[in-house]
Amino acid sequence: METILKIIRIFKSFLLDIGELSLFAGRFFKEVLKRPFEFKEFIRQCYNMGNRSLLLVAVTGFIIGLVFTLQSRPTLQEFGAVSWMPAMVSISIIREIGPIITALICAGRIGSGIGAELGSMKVTEQIDAMEVSGTNPFKYLVVTRILATTFMLPILVLLGDAIALYGSYLVENTKGNISFLLYFNKVAEALEFGDLIPATIKSFFFGFAIGLVGCFKGYNCKKGTAGVGLAANSAVVFTSMLLFIIDFIAVFVTDIFYDL
Amino acid sequence: METFQYNTESIIEIKNLKKSYGENHVLNGFNMNLVEGENLVIMGKSGSGKSVMIKCLIGLEDPDSGTICVMGKDISQLKHDELDELRTEVGFLFQGSALYDSMTVRENLEFPLRRHTKKFGVIKDTTPLVMEALENVGLANTINLMPEELSGGMKRRIALARTLILQPKIILYDEPTTGLDPITAKEIILLMISIQKKYNTSSIIITHDVDCARAISNRMILLVDGINYVEGTFEEIIALNDPKIQAFFK
Ligand SMILES: Nc1ncnc2c1ncn2[C@@H]1O[C@H](COP(=O)(O)OP(=O)(O)O)[C@@H](O)[C@H]1O
Ligand SMILES: [Mg+2]
Repeated sequence: METILKIIRIFKSFLLDIGELSLFAGRFFKEVLKRPFEFKEFIRQCYNMGNRSLLLVAVTGFIIGLVFTLQSRPTLQEFGAVSWMPAMVSISIIREIGPIITALICAGRIGSGIGAELGSMKVTEQIDAMEVSGTNPFKYLVVTRILATTFMLPILVLLGDAIALYGSYLVENTKGNISFLLYFNKVAEALEFGDLIPATIKSFFFGFAIGLVGCFKGYNCKKGTAGVGLAANSAVVFTSMLLFIIDFIAVFVTDIFYDL
Repeated sequence: METFQYNTESIIEIKNLKKSYGENHVLNGFNMNLVEGENLVIMGKSGSGKSVMIKCLIGLEDPDSGTICVMGKDISQLKHDELDELRTEVGFLFQGSALYDSMTVRENLEFPLRRHTKKFGVIKDTTPLVMEALENVGLANTINLMPEELSGGMKRRIALARTLILQPKIILYDEPTTGLDPITAKEIILLMISIQKKYNTSSIIITHDVDCARAISNRMILLVDGINYVEGTFEEIIALNDPKIQAFFK
């Protein structure tokens, strides 16, 4: 009984969060069109985001490509289908693994960073100070960050994809003696726009979710230093859940288009 | 301090201000007025709603009811632009200094200058104004430092410089000496007095520091139970025999 009640409570607070998050998103769409556009701050946030996550995304992508290929090699070998390796790896990485892994990394690195940064700005009244300085803090802090994550994530995903494929190529090159040209020829043959476009669209949504939740948690941070930690932490948890939900929906939507 | 000559009209007037957060009734009909050139000290214990009151005054919080007039304008009636314009005349020193910690001291001071384009237009070279503000608080050499490299007292001074740079007519100080050691606190108080003399500003000083109140106040209001409990000069109030009042001065 106790646990059931607890689950109900957690579920209820999750739904409440979703409701408030939608209002927050509504405010974003209202403010994003209003002047002045904080273009300089947007560029700065894009740079920050790339700077903070580039190395992590690259290393993770490389290792994933490497390990993924090493692990699937024996199975494919059993069926005598090793020549299908580039096709299999590229399709799974481009369609699914690349976007979701990159997004999860960015949720941990960027989302929590935004939550903590805005949270501490809120607690120390820096946001109030901006407001009395003739600045709309929602536009200056929130809109720029959400736009930055939305535009940067697809770029990071493409980069992660490319590096993962390169990692996979290295394995194939040492174990199967396949040349660079041949490997990527096979990749190009296997891939269609139908793989790349939905994955890129999905990445935009992932990026939006990361920025939105990070800003939401930080901007509504409770007073006190404990609030800042909580904002950062819950931003990551909440974003990760949201990412999987978006991914799930994206698969359904893409399926509908494939059937057409 | 020398006694203050009351001759002008109020530049801030608050009538029957009420504000609650859910069941927490913070302000229950607070009244006050500020006269030009005056240093008004508002004392109250922590959590009594001093910051909420001063934030209502500048439009950072919306009151539930009551009227607030600043320099003859009812702030609840102001449009966004007009409120921004008013905020260039009313400086706010935040409780914890509230310096932007991702910006250098120079960028912190430039921020309000560059943002309040209505009052200043587009300023090409902000350096003279930034330097003047920093010299006023005696910290011209910190211009390229980050806030994390400054001590608490220095942060408070930089925050004061950032408030002064807009040349406001009124300055609101939210606990200017809290969190500082007594010597640094004394320095900040002297600085506040010298600035008040130099620019002839009017000030509302929120504090629970008795020394600060004694040194700077022309008049005091005690905020107790969400209302202006008692009002008078420092000497008048300290002489009263009410236990609620005496609790402040122990
Ligand atoms: N945004 C808010 N939401 C809910 N309660 C608040 C908020 N801001 C202040 N309060 C409450 O109002 C009361 C007065 O706070 P405050 O004005 O900060 O006190 P102080 O006199 O120490 O400055 C406190 O009980 C605080 O919990
Ligand atoms: Mg306070």
